[in-house]
Amino acid sequence: MSKRRPYVRPMDGWWKKNPYYVEYMVHEGTALFVAAYAIVLTFGLVRLSQGEAAWNGWLEAMKSPLSIIFHLVLLAAIVYHAFTWFKLFPLTTPPVVLNGKKVEPELIVRGGWAAAIGATVVSFVIVWGLA
Amino acid sequence: MSEQKIIEIEVLRYLPESDEKPRSEIYKVPFTDDMSVLQGVQYVKDNFDGSLTFRWSCRMAICGSCGMMINGIPKLACETFIRDYYPKRITVEALANFPIEKDMVVDLSGFIEKLEAIQPYIIPKEPRTVEEGEHIQTPAQFAEYIQFTSCINCTLCYAACPQVGLNPDFIGPGALALLHRYNMDSRDGGQTQRMELAASEEGVYNCSAVGYCSEVCPKKVDPGNAVNINKINAAKDYFLRFLSPKGGAK
Repeated sequence: MSKRRPYVRPMDGWWKKNPYYVEYMVHEGTALFVAAYAIVLTFGLVRLSQGEAAWNGWLEAMKSPLSIIFHLVLLAAIVYHAFTWFKLFPLTTPPVVLNGKKVEPELIVRGGWAAAIGATVVSFVIVWGLA
Repeated sequence: MSEQKIIEIEVLRYLPESDEKPRSEIYKVPFTDDMSVLQGVQYVKDNFDGSLTFRWSCRMAICGSCGMMINGIPKLACETFIRDYYPKRITVEALANFPIEKDMVVDLSGFIEKLEAIQPYIIPKEPRTVEEGEHIQTPAQFAEYIQFTSCINCTLCYAACPQVGLNPDFIGPGALALLHRYNMDSRDGGQTQRMELAASEEGVYNCSAVGYCSEVCPKKVDPGNAVNINKINAAKDYFLRFLSPKGGAK
């Protein structure tokens, strides 16, 4: 008879066992804040479709202190999400070859940041241009 | 002569014949600055308890046998030095996400089955006789896969991957990196068979891009990258079949 009795360790609380996993869970968790902001914007769009009074009401609501605090929390969470997301870029993208040489992971991360900062600046210029 | 330094090594022991579940045991091991954690546990086996069981062979990070969780991190014990932990205690445990057979020996049969399943050998595009000569490959074609050939099957990446722990059927980072290695080889014609596995229920989509597998790899294989590239490849296969005249039918 076999004396084998392989022991399978439980996975409970696995994500608390390593700082790397904690970062991963926080990264995934902050995606909910991205979703929350998308809902806020979609709601604004719905109010816009309901006419001027509804739209102005939404704009007023956005200016309330509670809304500003909420937005600051969202901003912090989304910046963290972006930071950890760009960090994963070299893991998730196929190798980028320039002049026959593989581009360094660090450069791919910086490329992501450059694109994000560029897009932010362009958005600000457009919004301020229209205002 | 300076005083003999002593390190505490806490080992997770499991003897299937007498232990209901694993338990910790602490050993006080005298060490010198050139001693690896592997030498530390060898000292325990030779001097304190001959029943302590662990795998090891080459002592130079090439055979991939001595993977252990050292202070909770998957590492090769032979290239991890006691001096880097002293005076703190070192904890040593069997590789995570595998069933423990005894002490630090884990059941690797699941991994071996996955390795077999990805067909880790070249499946020639067309049969070729000796008279026709060797397959020619350019340096650029070689560069496509060379990084993924460095895998030594140490399974540290499996111990680092929570998805492997949560779903033991997931083919996992190491075997998928080898799948990618053969798929990228210009001499190989087995992509269709292997991609079926990559895109399957057990395949690449189990990966949620934690990325720790690539972090712990002692050979810089970057298995996480191989897995994620094949998410894109599997998605391409899925959508492109609608464009092919046969609609993906073989």
